[in-house]
Amino acid sequence: MDLLLVILIDGLIYGAWLFIVSVGLTLVFGVLGILNLAHGSLYAIGAYAAASAVGLYFTLGGDVFPLGSYAAMILAALLVAVVVAPILERGLLRHFYHRDEVLGVLVTYGVFLILEDVIKLIWGVEPLFVFEPYDLLGTIEAGPLFYVAYDFLVIAAAVVTGILVWYFLNGTNRGKVVLAVIHDREMSQTMGVNVDRVFMLAFGAGVFLAALGGALTAPMISVSPGIGVNVIIVAFAVIIIGGLGSIEGAALGAVMVGIARAASVHLVPELELFIIYFVMAIVLVFRPEGLFVKTQTRKI
Amino acid sequence: MEKSPVLVAAVTLTGLIVLGFALPDWAQFLMTIALAKGLVSLGIVAGMRCGVVSFGQGLYFCLGAYTAGLMSRWTGVTDVFLLTFLSVIVAGGVGVIFGPLLSRYRGIFFAMLSLSLSMILFGALAKTTSLGGTDGVNVAAPTFAGYAPEGGALATALYLFIVTVTVIIGTVMRIVFDSQSGLVSLAVRSNELRVEYLGSSANGIVAVSYVIAAILGGVGGVVTALAIGHVDPEYAFWTTSGEFVFVAILAGYLSIPAVFVASIVLEVVRSFSNLYFPNTWQLVLGVFLLVVILVRPDGIGSIKLWRRRESAGAAEPSA
Amino acid sequence: MNDIALETKNLVKNFGAVTAAKDVSIAVPAGAVWSLIGSNGAGKTTFVNMVTGYLHPDSGQILFQGRDITRLGPRTITRAGICRSFQIPQLCGELTTIENVLVAHAINRSATPSFFRRANETEEMGRALALLERFKIAEYRNRLMGELPAGVRKLLDIAMAMTGEPKVILLDEPTSGVATEEKFPIMDLVMEALSAEGVTTLFVEHDMEIVTRYSERVLAFYDGRIIANDAPNEVLSDPQVQRYVTGTPLTAS
Ligand SMILES: Nc1ncnc2c1ncn2[C@@H]1O[C@H](COP(=O)(O)OP(=O)(O)O)[C@@H](O)[C@H]1O
Ligand SMILES: [Mg+2]
Repeated sequence: MDLLLVILIDGLIYGAWLFIVSVGLTLVFGVLGILNLAHGSLYAIGAYAAASAVGLYFTLGGDVFPLGSYAAMILAALLVAVVVAPILERGLLRHFYHRDEVLGVLVTYGVFLILEDVIKLIWGVEPLFVFEPYDLLGTIEAGPLFYVAYDFLVIAAAVVTGILVWYFLNGTNRGKVVLAVIHDREMSQTMGVNVDRVFMLAFGAGVFLAALGGALTAPMISVSPGIGVNVIIVAFAVIIIGGLGSIEGAALGAVMVGIARAASVHLVPELELFIIYFVMAIVLVFRPEGLFVKTQTRKI
Repeated sequence: MEKSPVLVAAVTLTGLIVLGFALPDWAQFLMTIALAKGLVSLGIVAGMRCGVVSFGQGLYFCLGAYTAGLMSRWTGVTDVFLLTFLSVIVAGGVGVIFGPLLSRYRGIFFAMLSLSLSMILFGALAKTTSLGGTDGVNVAAPTFAGYAPEGGALATALYLFIVTVTVIIGTVMRIVFDSQSGLVSLAVRSNELRVEYLGSSANGIVAVSYVIAAILGGVGGVVTALAIGHVDPEYAFWTTSGEFVFVAILAGYLSIPAVFVASIVLEVVRSFSNLYFPNTWQLVLGVFLLVVILVRPDGIGSIKLWRRRESAGAAEPSA
Repeated sequence: MNDIALETKNLVKNFGAVTAAKDVSIAVPAGAVWSLIGSNGAGKTTFVNMVTGYLHPDSGQILFQGRDITRLGPRTITRAGICRSFQIPQLCGELTTIENVLVAHAINRSATPSFFRRANETEEMGRALALLERFKIAEYRNRLMGELPAGVRKLLDIAMAMTGEPKVILLDEPTSGVATEEKFPIMDLVMEALSAEGVTTLFVEHDMEIVTRYSERVLAFYDGRIIANDAPNEVLSDPQVQRYVTGTPLTAS
């Protein structure tokens, strides 16, 4: 019974993290039609920016109110979005909106290569450590087990992110426009939607979410070059399970993969690395385009 | 009249052999690596001709490389011909398993699922300490049907081997691209509904091209491993695959020599930026890639690169 | 019994709430030339799609020379001897006209075309050119699809369907999108080629002059159902057909 609880909690923690790092990727794909291979680099930039921001916060006397470092992390992610998103979207990606989707992959692969080195140029190759925010909340006792409270903060962050994204898309007018574009890009354009604005907005949100994922992760790891290259792989698996472009799909995919991985870590640790692909393969066998995307026959 | 492919091959081979003896050691080595990796990219080009781009050729590159590394370690086999043959079997065999599965997909699904497959191998190798884990394994110096050169002679022998293999494979692929099957591939790329309604299987054609690409990836991997003398899981990492795609995109899908030229260009850029900008070599590559994509005169739209124009439009209709 | 080339029994096809086929039953004798009429959305293309395996009916049966082909896909059905053309021509846009025909011939020769036989060897080029000449479009042989006039695309689309040497052919709107004065020349070419080989033919058509001129029998579709199935004159004077299909009003109501 305890084992089940452990698997559930670990799975939710990992799933929460997966959701935060994947939801931006699926949102950007749904709206812009571009599968952003540089998503992992944006995550890395978020992590570096947050590490720098937290460092700066404590240098400037943040010790008197250490919880403020969380605000510093979020502001860092926001800053990344404000600076990077317009450059990439206006400067590059908009030339590729109505083109082949594979071309989008290639272009963002180029962006990935550039950003990986830009990160090294800005932050150097020495790892950064900012553990303060991780230790700040102490530990939580769950039955016989102890968890770092920060891990639950990640779950909370994922839930809040999910609710905000959901509310934005379903509860606001602008969000409904975004949903319409996800549903049918050409159609919304002919209906007079200002698609350019929607694209900018969605890409900005995607970058922010990637950076937020990095920022939240920064206190848990040593922030060093290359932390982003694997993120794109897991995030891709999650969103393909859910269906490319589907927000609900990303949430469900993240939880499924999270719990499956936790189960494998505790039951068959050798399979930990493959479990994500295993889940993906099973889903694709039954739903060739993911859980929330219905395969359509083209009219001829 | 068209030039005979065999004649072109003989001239090219002679030229490359002579060149090999004229080149300084570092350049000869660079050529060996570039041609070996060019074979991997040529496999991607074969896929591009049916309209799919594999972002996971690192899988086969790595399988070929590890076949060489592990055979020499476990069985002491160092014969280059035998190792190449075994890699073809291993890579081709794995390709035969995954080809039919992947051939149901197109576009980004094909790209990203093939990428995922290579990442599975990466993960497996990195975790398996008996196969060297992330450190990989050393590869013994190859022998050539009993001839066991060392030092400079070894490098030259390997150069001659890859040059010969490249010219043979390049010639065969030219013949395949120009064949009926090659033309049908282009039809799949253009309109697979029509191909199905003519009575052929578009997925089948994609699957065959995938197996061909797997074999070429395996051969490229063996030679690279033998030249470098070491293999590690990075061979299967997605960024390695990305470079192969880069070369294929740079070359386009019409000219086979262009693939190898593009591969050489990439290796030269890599060597020089390693020397002069050791920390920004990826940046140089990324900018280069974006420039290639952006300045293609007719845009590379749906990856429609370098489409030959001589037979199209240009020819006046004869009444 | 044996001279029924194509038979459908109670075909039903729904797309969500839309009924695209309901109880569609016909039996076409070998060598017949029939036409399909009906306003847009009546279910004509859906019928062609079901017979050629692009869509499968929700229920019902399709028989070709007595053999059940209901669940087969386009590839198998094509090889069995039923070919089709498309409302919007399905051509290989990156290839030239003659290359399109070379592809068709290569696949017709073998479902897995040769890896070593040159695509443009003299004999193959000659065959391809002969086909283009038969349809009087040889002058466009080196053009890409984007550069072809609408009528030429239509003809090429049909010519490619015919390389399969079909027993039954379904032409989906062979003359739509071409100028009125080109319609009869196109139909003359196509029908001559088809009757020379005795191919059982079903064609979808909106122009009633063409329907009366070329078909022996007319199927009128409305809302996924066949509301009339008779000789052209009978069908065209049927009040229901006039009301729902041809639009010639009986009264001004
Ligand atoms: N693939 C499809 N998905 C959804 N609805 C379809 C599809 N194909 C056809 N339909 C619908 O079925 C009905 C019949 O269409 P169709 O057979 O194309 O008509 P026609 O060819 O007579 O103009 C239409 O309402 C059309 O919208
Ligand atoms: Mg129609």
